[in-house]
Amino acid sequence: MIDKISPSLEAALADVRDGATILVGGFGGAGVPEELVDALIAQGAKDLTIVNNNAGNGEVGIAALFKAGRVKKLICSYPRQVDSHHFQDAYRSGKVELELVPQGTLSERMRAAGAGIGAFYTPSGYGTELAKGKETRVIDGRGQVLEYPLHGDVALVKAERGDRWGNLVYRKSARNYGPTMASAAKITIAQVYEIVELGGLDPECIVTPGIFVTRVVKVLRKEGGYRAPAGGGVTRGISGRAAAGR
Amino acid sequence: MSYTKLTREEIAKRIALDIPEGAYVNLGIGMPTLVGNHLPKDREIFLHSENGILAMGPAPAPGEEDADLINAGKEPVTLLTGGAYFHHTDSFAMMRGGHLDIAVLGAFQVSVSGDLANWHSGGDAIPAVGGAMDLAVGAKSVWVIMEHLTKSGESKIVERCTYPLTGIGVVKRIYTDLAVIDVTPRGLRASRLVPGLSFDELRRLSGVPLLAAGTKAAA
Repeated sequence: MIDKISPSLEAALADVRDGATILVGGFGGAGVPEELVDALIAQGAKDLTIVNNNAGNGEVGIAALFKAGRVKKLICSYPRQVDSHHFQDAYRSGKVELELVPQGTLSERMRAAGAGIGAFYTPSGYGTELAKGKETRVIDGRGQVLEYPLHGDVALVKAERGDRWGNLVYRKSARNYGPTMASAAKITIAQVYEIVELGGLDPECIVTPGIFVTRVVKVLRKEGGYRAPAGGGVTRGISGRAAAGR
Repeated sequence: MSYTKLTREEIAKRIALDIPEGAYVNLGIGMPTLVGNHLPKDREIFLHSENGILAMGPAPAPGEEDADLINAGKEPVTLLTGGAYFHHTDSFAMMRGGHLDIAVLGAFQVSVSGDLANWHSGGDAIPAVGGAMDLAVGAKSVWVIMEHLTKSGESKIVERCTYPLTGIGVVKRIYTDLAVIDVTPRGLRASRLVPGLSFDELRRLSGVPLLAAGTKAAA
């Protein structure tokens, strides 16, 4: 009988090695697998390359990974946030390397990894600093940048519900990077709030089929719901301070 | 003759009234978000959020916030009846793939040829790009909302951007607190100047060549 349910967060993360590339789901606070990230800190792996949209918030989750000194490189689209001080301190002191990637390119690079695509051309970033040193080509009259797949050793994703075959459904905008990251790593670990019997998920509505999922681990839903970002002001998102601050 | 600059809300309202029924629209964070406050109630307009939402609704009532339902600025939002959730790669397919009719973005600078600089102030700031470059190249029309001048009075419409570029030749129209400026193959065309502002004065403030709009410019 195939049973991908892990008995604990510790068991789910036991084989994460030093130097691993870890894809971590989430956009802002939504969809971040906080319990898995906390367990990764306890597990002790170091010299990690972390792939996430942002750079952690406050003191928990990815921010705590930076605080604990476990990260050597961040691949990210939007690290400038009011409460990302642990990343910012590590970055400014030269302890963490940053690879900044346009958000759609970040997502598409992981899609390409999961889909077996060797590389792809995208117009995003053409002619900008973020395309410096990259191969470019004009295709159909538009400048395009060659981008390579981004593979993970491990993906940590947060889903709402799963079954023992690893099928997953998500909740609202917490879905974000989860399905793409699940496809792009050698080992994909999903934390869920509910484990259902086989057949308990409508096959028409399964978002991540179990073939992309290695382990499923149940966590308890935290009380309290929405928490406003620390520091109050919002300086994040599409055009950030460019729009908000000037 | 004296003139009064539009407020940010007034610029946002101008934009909102220019968005047609049925448009798929992404509003960038900050000033562009204000546009959502002024969308005409009698038009069905689909707001897209890069983190996987179509038909995004307004902020929820206090106490009704849901940590799993946020916008690109990480602020709590709602979903309109008929709206949809999807994953990030699909969301950026919508953005990059030419499926959005309009993206409204803020800017540090826009050049006479429609180059956009809005992601990095340069210098010591930690660089962060988000979805700006994908929207810039992908939306059918990129509209910029910004103040015409910096705080020190320099034009944000420039011959060449000095801030790092977000996209080349991508901006179609600029809404400022002084006028609306279309980026055309013949150059920048100004219309809807605030009352009391002469075309010559606008041109002087802008510091770049401007064409006056024809009679259809009135609004």
